[in-house]
Parts: sequence; structure tokens; C-alpha cells
Amino acid sequence: MIELKDVRKVFPARGRAGEVVAVDGVSLSVERGEFAGVVGPSGSGKSTLVRLVNLLERPTSGSVTVDGRVLTELPADEVRKARRSIGMVFQHFELLDSRTAAGNVEHPLELAGVGRAERRSRATELLDLVGLGDRADARPAQLSGGQKQRVAIARALAVRPNVLLCDEATSALDQASTAGVLALLRRVRDELGLTVLLITHEMAVVKAVCDSAVLLDRGRVVDSGRLADVLTRERSPLSDALLPAPVADAGAGHGGALLRVTVTDRTPETVVLQTLIGKLGLAVEIAGGSVETVAGGRYGRLLLRVTGGVEGLDDAVQRLRADGVLVERVTAGVDR
Amino acid sequence: MSDWNRIYPQLLDATGETLYMVGIAALLTVLLGIPLGVLLTVTAPAGLAPRPLLNRLLGLVVNLGRALPFIILLVLVAPVTRGIVGTTIGSTAAIVPLTIGAIPFLARLVETSLREVAGGKVEAALSMGARRRDVVRTVLLPEALPSLVAGVTVTVVALISYSAMAGAVGGGGLGDFAIRFGYQQFRTDITLATVVLLLVVVQALQWAGDRWARSLSHA
Ligand SMILES: Nc1ncnc2c1ncn2[C@@H]1O[C@H](COP(=O)(O)OP(=O)(O)OP(=O)(O)O)[C@@H](O)[C@H]1O
Ligand SMILES: [Mg+2]
Repeated sequence: MIELKDVRKVFPARGRAGEVVAVDGVSLSVERGEFAGVVGPSGSGKSTLVRLVNLLERPTSGSVTVDGRVLTELPADEVRKARRSIGMVFQHFELLDSRTAAGNVEHPLELAGVGRAERRSRATELLDLVGLGDRADARPAQLSGGQKQRVAIARALAVRPNVLLCDEATSALDQASTAGVLALLRRVRDELGLTVLLITHEMAVVKAVCDSAVLLDRGRVVDSGRLADVLTRERSPLSDALLPAPVADAGAGHGGALLRVTVTDRTPETVVLQTLIGKLGLAVEIAGGSVETVAGGRYGRLLLRVTGGVEGLDDAVQRLRADGVLVERVTAGVDR
Repeated sequence: MSDWNRIYPQLLDATGETLYMVGIAALLTVLLGIPLGVLLTVTAPAGLAPRPLLNRLLGLVVNLGRALPFIILLVLVAPVTRGIVGTTIGSTAAIVPLTIGAIPFLARLVETSLREVAGGKVEAALSMGARRRDVVRTVLLPEALPSLVAGVTVTVVALISYSAMAGAVGGGGLGDFAIRFGYQQFRTDITLATVVLLLVVVQALQWAGDRWARSLSHA
């Protein structure tokens, strides 16, 4: 649905000589109906990347294809029309203060030449969809951040796009509003069959809503994949970012040997402990780690300290691996 | 001061002339100054339709208009005035230099107002497939409206003060009245009365402008 091929974006540096390579040869593809996340540290090029998708920013080189149309080859006028099928939501909402909530939702319909009566009913319908049916006449200044973002989402959906781009859509919101907005995005994706590309610097957001993610650093894709796959990779930049590995230091100074285990729905910690303690008779403590729900599944990384029966440890690791458990021996004080 | 009976109707006439000059000039200034301000904004290097050369040229003309002391401008545009109105004397003739002097003034205020509209709102409209003119019509102007009204108010007040000067060189109006009856005949009471009247007009305008701007603001 969204396909970037070797896209580069070079800006002249602001206020000084030289240039900034904001996006440096990025290729990515998002399937129809997929909820994809782009994460990365500040300045890594996330905002530039999402703006390249609807050509708010023209790539210096490379191609952008959305819904089978190569946008980078279309004339400006066609690009403008193509943007109607790509909704966009911003960090700071960008609602017009001069319009009511309903007026804001009607704005893209006006631009598309939709008649007054139809605009009205569509705005009502959309505000109902985002749970703000009773605030149609409110001005943005009278709405909370979360409500503003809901109006902005209604606005982005007004012309029935099939792609929704979100640039830090929850970064200006508190935790409760964030959860509400994310749930809404997930719901509209499910109900309307949208393809969503969501930019964020918060891993928690990716974990809450995304099916897949791309990790960006200094304009390049460092890692990417479906979360379910990424999380069952033993070590990768993205899996480490999603499930921070407990530092081996947590087990330092207490003796014994340390094991780092990745637990999944298929290989939950109960199975691991059952094998180590029950079957192999080792003495095991949990030195650190966490288990959480990501993309609908249960994943975690645990640091186990084996204090008794260390001589049988290599055997134990073999056994666990044979059962499909991701496990490795680690040395205290050394993270990687 | 028994002659106030004689002066009073003339003061009324002068007030009417001022309102006429300023009213028509304000109307023309709004009609021409706002588009010029829009043009200055959109052709700027980071604007909607960057045209650096045109932008610099317009900026130069506008600055020239604002740098010139009004009294000089009055003399410089006399040939233009004669060409349009047929004479350089009278309230109608004064409208030409007033308008020419106020357009650059308002254009800069409009430019400032439009620049203050958050770039993100423009971007949001573009992401919806808006054309540049749609952005001006549906985003820039409506969002800047309260600030535009404030700018127009300031411009009209400036016009009143310009009109006093224009009046002094044959335009009629309150300025002319204050000089002829007050200053030249050493009648401080008449000068004072005129100043008070001008103050009342300016105050009323500012009050109305502020109220209007506030009623439009929803931010
Ligand atoms: N219009 C521009 N002109 C010059 N440099 C730019 C421009 N836009 C972005 N950049 C630069 O490109 C790089 C990437 O910026 P971008 O905004 O895409 O990062 P980001 O990942 O969204 O960061 P953040 O998390 O802080 O929003 C930065 O170094 C930034 O300064
Ligand atoms: Mg950003």
C-alpha cells in the first residue's frame, strides 16, 4: 500500500553552509491494512519520512508509491488530488481556531467540492465515530488535547482515505488521552480497513498498536519487521528497543551463572522454569527482567541466576534451545 | 466666546470631510492593502509560492512607501492625484495620497498577521489536497482575521492623523480646520476642541475595532 524505494531527502543546512541528509536511502513497504510504526531518536528523520509519503516533502531521489500510484512521477496537480486518499494527523493537531469541531471536519470536504448538506451529515457521522458527537459546535480552544486529536482524526478520515499518516499523534497528550487516541486509531484501522503509518519516539506506542515497526537512526533503517517476528529474534536493535534486555549487572556480585531467556506465548517462563528446576534440578532465581503484552502476544526477557548445579548449565542451555527457547549465557557486567 | 454659533456648523462640516476622506481611503486601502499583504506573505522565501525576486521588489516598494514622510508623499503623488481626480485641492483629491500612503502600512501589518498563522495549519490543509489559493482563502485569512481587524483599526487611526496633514495642504477636514481657525487666529479653545473631537473619533474607532477583533477570536 505504501512503498518507498531508496528514498533520500537532503536539506540545505539551516543557517549555515552544507547540507543535512535527513533521510538516507530508506526503502520500506507497508501492506494494505497494516498498522506500521516508525521509531527512532529525535532528529533521526521520522517526520521527514512521513512527510515524504504524501509528498509534503519532495524526495531528493527515490520513489514513493501509495495505493499503486507512483506519486513521485505524478504532476503537481495529480499529487494534490492523490493526497485526498492519504489522511494525516499531527502532533499539535493543527485544527483551525476559526472553525468549530464540525467546521474543521468539513474543511477537507469543502476542498474536495462536497456539497453543504452532505458535508454536514458526514461531519456528524465522523464526530460520532470518534466519540465527540455532542461537541460538534465546540471550538478547538474549548476541547482537551485528546478531544482535539479526535477531531483531527475525524477530519483526516472525512474524505474516506485508505491511508492514514500520524506524526507523533500522541506525543502532546497525557497517558489517559494517549491510550484513548491509540485505541481509536486501532479501531478505525479495523473498521475502515485503513493502512496506518505512525511515527513516534515512544516504544510504548509501538507496543500498544503496531503490527510492524521500522527503527530509524540518522536517516537510515537500522532494523524492521513484524513485531511478532522481531520479538522472537534473540538480539536485534528493534527487539532490544521493544523489550530492553535486563542488564547483567542486576545479577553481579551474587555468584552463580547468568542466563538471559526470551519468553513468548509458545515458550512461557513456566516452561523454562519447569525445565531448569523441575527436570534438571537446578537452583534458579529471577535476577531481573519483565514480561509484557505486545501486539496481542505475551513477550518478555528474563535474567535468571543459576546458583546450584552450575556444572549442568551447558546441558540445560542445550535442552532449552531444543525446545525452541531463546536463551544465552551472559557474563555479569557485560551487556552484550 | 460668542462666535461659537458661527464656528459650530463649520466644525461639523470639517468633521464630515474628515470622515469622508478617511472612510473612502480606508475602504480603498483595505481593498488593495490586504491583497498586497497576501502577496508579500506567499511570495516570501519560505512562503506558499516562493518568488524571491518579486518578493524583494514588493518589499522595497512597500518600504519606500513607509519610509517617505507623508508630507513628502503628498507632494510627490500630486501629478497622480491630478491625473485621477483632476485637481489636487479638496477632500476627494486628498483620498489619493492618503490611500497610497496607507496601503504599504496595512500591507506590512497584514503580512505580519498572516505569518503568525502556524505553519502546521497550512501544512494540514496542503495534506488535504488544498490548492495554494484554498490555503489563503480557508486557512490564512480566516485564522488571521482577529489580527487583521486589529491591523485595519490601526491603519484607520493612522489615516485620521494623515488626513489632518492632507487637510493642511488643501484637503479640508479637521486638521485644516484646527490650523485655519485655531492656530492662525490664536484661538487655543478651537484647537483644543478639534483635538478633543479627534481624540473621541480615534477612541471610538479603537474601541469598536478591539471589540470586533475580540468577538472574532476563538483561540
Ligand atoms: N526543512 C528543513 N530544513 C533543514 N533541515 C531540516 C528540515 N527538516 C528537517 N531537517 C533536519 O533533518 C533531520 C531530521 O529531522 P526530522 O524532523 O525528520 O526528525 P525527527 O525524527 O522527526 O525528530 P523529532 O523526533 O525531534 O521530531 C534533522 O537534523 C533536522 O534538523
Ligand atoms: Mg518529528
